[in-house]
Amino acid sequence: MQQMWQRGGKSIVFLLLLFILWELLVYITATPMWLLPAPSDVIKEIYNGIWEFYGHLISTMKLTLLGLSIGCSVGLFIAIILYRLPKANQVLYPLLILSQNIPTIVLAPLLIIWFGFDLLPKLIVISLVCFFPIVVASMDGFRQTAPELKHYMEMVGASRNQIFWKLEMPHALPSIFSGLKIAATYSVMGAVISEWLGAKQGIGVYMTLAQSSFRIDRVFAAIFFIMLLSLLLFGVIRLVEKLMVKGRKEGV
Amino acid sequence: MLTINGLDKAYGDLSVLKNINLHVRDREFVAILGPSGSGKSTLFQLIGGIIKPEHGTITLNNEVINGKKGLISYMPQQPSLFPWRTVLENVVLAAELTGKPNVEEAKQWLEKVGLAEFENSYPIDLSGGMRQRVSFIRALLSKQSLLCLDEPFSALDEFTRIKMQKWLLSVWEENRKSVLFITHSIEEAIFLADRIYVLSKRPATMKAEITVPFSRPRNESLLETTEFFDLKQQIFQYIKEEIVE
Ligand SMILES: Nc1ncnc2c1ncn2[C@@H]1O[C@H](COP(=O)(O)OP(=O)(O)O)[C@@H](O)[C@H]1O
Ligand SMILES: [Mg+2]
Repeated sequence: MQQMWQRGGKSIVFLLLLFILWELLVYITATPMWLLPAPSDVIKEIYNGIWEFYGHLISTMKLTLLGLSIGCSVGLFIAIILYRLPKANQVLYPLLILSQNIPTIVLAPLLIIWFGFDLLPKLIVISLVCFFPIVVASMDGFRQTAPELKHYMEMVGASRNQIFWKLEMPHALPSIFSGLKIAATYSVMGAVISEWLGAKQGIGVYMTLAQSSFRIDRVFAAIFFIMLLSLLLFGVIRLVEKLMVKGRKEGV
Repeated sequence: MLTINGLDKAYGDLSVLKNINLHVRDREFVAILGPSGSGKSTLFQLIGGIIKPEHGTITLNNEVINGKKGLISYMPQQPSLFPWRTVLENVVLAAELTGKPNVEEAKQWLEKVGLAEFENSYPIDLSGGMRQRVSFIRALLSKQSLLCLDEPFSALDEFTRIKMQKWLLSVWEENRKSVLFITHSIEEAIFLADRIYVLSKRPATMKAEITVPFSRPRNESLLETTEFFDLKQQIFQYIKEEIVE
């Protein structure tokens, strides 16, 4: 815990130094606010606009959580299928990789044409960006099951099902959580991008509005909240991981 | 109860076991002594049913069990405990595979072997010797009547090993399952077993069968007697031939 604080503390100090430098540079060069606001301007904007912002934040948070849950469930499900049915793996794995090569920016407008401005296309976008890390991480986790444990299970006559649910699945948990952390970060981005393309509320909407009215200070405020949301999600996942992954060496 | 007849096994062109014959009676402790790489673990995998022999039969309680799994209790060389399970959850694992495990009995055994206070600890917090005890209790708690132990103490230091051998005997004398015990230590085989089979180096053939005359219960003073030393010499003659060639 203390170690974590020390590490975190150092990056916070470094970040503060950067902000001070930024503040000074803006001050010395007298850069106008519509080009680059000083950190103090952004903080002022966050402070003044927090209640206006609150609704957007909650809306994005809900969207993110929903999309992340769907994406992760689908990802885990696909990973289990692919791992347990090697034939399906041969057919589907290349397709999965291809699916990751479709740029979200291209796909999202298409989804809106097909599905309208409802929740559905947004959830598809978020799921699509966050299921892949889960699939890859889970499969790696399943594959890296300690061979001596697997040998033990075979020797005592465990069935394929028992080996999977009692050994491979719990063994892969830390790996799955690593995937989950990556997916969580992606999901916030996915949510903001999907909001750009049409929504009534959300950080993405706020950002587009701020941009088109040259309120760069607001854009920065939005960036700040996106980071905050990501960190929050990351922290929650880390907490759940600590509760669920027991008896193993502390990971990073 | 276990009878093995004319067993041959090869991995591709590599012949590992050749015409192996052996038997284990009810409540008997049998050791298999052989050099590393001779095919001892392979023999266990055949009995465990995860591989099949080219020739020969393995008979357990009058039933041929070639290629049949789940009929033996097993303790591997590495403790192979599941890191995410507590000690209690680990010892019931093998029993869990065939039905609902008897948690009360598991707790009693842990109590008996002095691991009660570690019931809810994770394997990462146990010493090497403690992990092997947990692994052994796990094997005891599964209901099969033949217990197969594959060099369970070879990864332990000398002090812990002698302690564990005594411990194993004391537990076994209370719960006399038939035991097949693989080892590459002559002393360990004599100290523990009723009978010893000596295997040659690969391809393993049965070199000798030796009956150990010492009465039970045994303790470490046996290790200092001349009879013990003589028997050790006698078995060493067989092993020497394997080294010379
Ligand atoms: N799955 C396998 N495929 C090919 N060769 C194997 C396999 N398992 C074991 N062997 C070989 O068979 C021999 C006997 O192995 P093993 O039974 O583990 O010996 P021991 O337990 O007596 O040390 C070794 O030379 C080993 O390299
Ligand atoms: Mg071996």
